[in-house]
Amino acid sequence: MTVNDHVLGWSESDLGVEGRVLDVVRAPATVLSTRGADVDPTDPATVQLAADLVATMRVSPGCVGLAANQVGVSARVFCVDVSEHPKTRDHHGTFVLCNAEVVESSRNEKAREGCMSVPDLTGDVKRASRVVVRGLLPGTGEEVTLTANAFEARALQHEIDHTDGLLFLDRVAGAHAIHPRKTYL
Amino acid sequence: MSTPAPLHAVTVLGHDRPGIIAETTGRLADLGLNLEDSTMTLLRGHFAMMLLCAGDAEASAIEAALQPLTADGTLTVTVRDVPQEDAGAPAGTSWVLTVHGGDRPGIVSSVVARVAEVGGNITDLTTRLAGELYLLVAEIDLPAGADVPALEAAVTAAAADLGVGASLRAVEADEL
Repeated sequence: MTVNDHVLGWSESDLGVEGRVLDVVRAPATVLSTRGADVDPTDPATVQLAADLVATMRVSPGCVGLAANQVGVSARVFCVDVSEHPKTRDHHGTFVLCNAEVVESSRNEKAREGCMSVPDLTGDVKRASRVVVRGLLPGTGEEVTLTANAFEARALQHEIDHTDGLLFLDRVAGAHAIHPRKTYL
Repeated sequence: MSTPAPLHAVTVLGHDRPGIIAETTGRLADLGLNLEDSTMTLLRGHFAMMLLCAGDAEASAIEAALQPLTADGTLTVTVRDVPQEDAGAPAGTSWVLTVHGGDRPGIVSSVVARVAEVGGNITDLTTRLAGELYLLVAEIDLPAGADVPALEAAVTAAAADLGVGASLRAVEADEL
């Protein structure tokens, strides 16, 4: 797999604004079940939102990704950073994508997922372990395409689902695939 | 061909503590009963187990053997004989239904009524209340020829009336 060096080299300092820590909303908030609006990635409001998402992710223990819906904003923006996670293979560090889509996916694997917006439950979800994702970088608005594997692929699909108004609950494998959370980070 | 051993359905419900399963299954083993299918979970912290065991013991003897479990009044045990069921392979298709949203009365009944209307059979069901979030996940066998898009629309409409969301997905089984 080839890492997109341009995305890997991106960091929130490229946004040029200070991120604010926002409150994370929890299910059953309607915003979590509603597809967000596509955004203009060069709009200063989008740039601020991108910085806020990264800042909020950074202060949230164990958080490897956060979508705008989760801070109550119905917009198709999310951030990801799986670089410190033990299940990560390749990764692109910290990045934010706007209006992102999965354009290719393969190699399904099942794993247990949690979500800051569903704090009391975890669920077994089958997802592709290799994806190609296309989206726009906030600030420049540049379109990027990246190939992700393993845990980064899972995180990207989880976050893109958020931007489409879907929770992992919508994808659990069956009636025995829902579990009360045992440990809180 | 010999007749299969009689089947007994045992339920144990009540206050959870370590050792309930060990004690229950130990007493059943002492009666020469063979455990077949079983399921156990915690429902809002309450121990809940159902199991089927096969063997020649009388239901009254099983009840008597399990009576010590109920001695402190925190557990309820029931035993009843049940017939053998022929669980034939379903002819239709398998689906997972997820419903989640704000808790309110009637979510389960109104959504699963739509499933029953088309002859859908729920084969496994979990519901959880987590804070304000209510979640239902059901595995459903639909008869061959069922109008799945129509069911999906009916379920989605029933859910929307209650202010919750629903999704219906085909079960994917990867044969290895």
